[in-house]
Amino acid sequence: MIELENVAYGYDGGEVFADVSLALNAGSFHFLTGPSGSGKSTLLKLCYGVLVPTAGQLRLFGKDRRGMARDDIALARRRIGVVHQDCQFLDHLSVSDNIALPLMVSGRDLLAEDANLSELVGWVGLRDRAKALPPELSGGERQRAALARALILSPEVVLADEPTGNVDWEMSQRLMRLLIELNRMGKTILIATHDLALIRAAKAHVQARVLRIAGRRLHLAGADL
Amino acid sequence: MKPLLDQLAGFVLGDVRADQVVPPTGITARLTLFSAAVMAFVAVCALSLALAAGRLADRWENELARTATLRISAPSAQMAAQTKAALRVLETTTGVAEARALSDAEQAALLAPWFGPDLPVDQLPIPRLIEIVETDEGMDGEGLRLRLAAEVPGAVLDDHNRWRTPLVLAAERFRLLGLVVLLLIGAAMAAMITLAANASLAANAQVISVLRLVGARDSFIAGAFVRRFTLRALFGAAFGVALGCGAILLLPRAQVEGGFLTGLGFQGWHWLLPLVIVPLAAAVAYAATRAAAQITLRNMP
Repeated sequence: MIELENVAYGYDGGEVFADVSLALNAGSFHFLTGPSGSGKSTLLKLCYGVLVPTAGQLRLFGKDRRGMARDDIALARRRIGVVHQDCQFLDHLSVSDNIALPLMVSGRDLLAEDANLSELVGWVGLRDRAKALPPELSGGERQRAALARALILSPEVVLADEPTGNVDWEMSQRLMRLLIELNRMGKTILIATHDLALIRAAKAHVQARVLRIAGRRLHLAGADL
Repeated sequence: MKPLLDQLAGFVLGDVRADQVVPPTGITARLTLFSAAVMAFVAVCALSLALAAGRLADRWENELARTATLRISAPSAQMAAQTKAALRVLETTTGVAEARALSDAEQAALLAPWFGPDLPVDQLPIPRLIEIVETDEGMDGEGLRLRLAAEVPGAVLDDHNRWRTPLVLAAERFRLLGLVVLLLIGAAMAAMITLAANASLAANAQVISVLRLVGARDSFIAGAFVRRFTLRALFGAAFGVALGCGAILLLPRAQVEGGFLTGLGFQGWHWLLPLVIVPLAAAVAYAATRAAAQITLRNMP
């Protein structure tokens, strides 16, 4: 699905990381951890095509990122659901419309997708908040809305950048259960987080690889987890 | 043809969902509408001026181009003989369709505005005028002058060229100036729409970032802005054209006595020409917004 081969990324003359190799295969579950500023978000941005590696090769669904036209990248993003810590919504649209946004931009028939949308809104527990505007939501509700938006096109891969960063422990557990459930449905999941307790709790329910960025390199995390 | 019409209808009617993704921007919308209306109003005035100048140039060109005047100054005893001789020369001159000596009454009428109606023309040494109407091919003025110099020494040929040419040239320049003003209005409108579109794109950077995140193509994002600005320019221009045509209607009707100043409005089918300004304004807005959006989106990550 997404493959990085000896990838390096840097800007302004500095190197964020180098020699990173990673394959996100179908149905796999990965955690990505590391201290703040280690490059977790940068690695995720590479994975959904916002950034281009400064060295090495990045393939999105078999295509070399460097050779992809802008439209190709847009189409690839429809196969990747992304959840950010800060969520990023269109504040003038309702929660329901924000969740339906990927359907709108991909030209799908909203009426035909209405049942799917309604089911998804219910699955993330936002049925009562569907008509609310994003600024009216709590941190946990925003994260669940972002997750629903990331899933509405039924993507093959879900990338989550600190999805539990703004929510309490109970909500973070609830979000994690949703992500594990998605993985059981066959989705490929990559979660960037610095919350080791969350990783430990999740590992009890899912077979996950834990990766750590340290010293500008990507390592497989060991027994400390 | 039908797919093009469907596409046009789709563009005008729009995709409500696509329009929703860009938040409404009150002040930019109002300023774009206002600017488009003002530009269209000025364009209607410039068009009217250019057309009036064109009509004037054509009139001077056509009405005076095929006429000439022969003036015979001779002692009264020789006047009749020289007039006859001049008419004989003109009858045998190629390119002269008609030549006729003006009667005393007609000459008196020509002088009446300056000397009053009671001028005793027959008692004054006034030159005799012969009105010449040329054929479509025209006559050889220089050749006629040489023949007249030999056969009618008191005759002076005036083919109106001396004062007609600079007047026609001035009117044509005026028409050209009007057209240049129209082009400048179009360019200024494009610049104004580009600035407004750039401001709107910059203000909506966050919206664009979200749309990109969820897999929107550049054409979808650009389309939301392009349609918005094109329709604003269309409605603004329609209002400006209506206002401009109303103002032109209030101008005095064309009259011979008033000359150029009373002939500034549109005449006949020319009233349809201002309507062209509306789709042209929309086309300018479409092209300007599309270019601005493409450049902005290309420079965004």
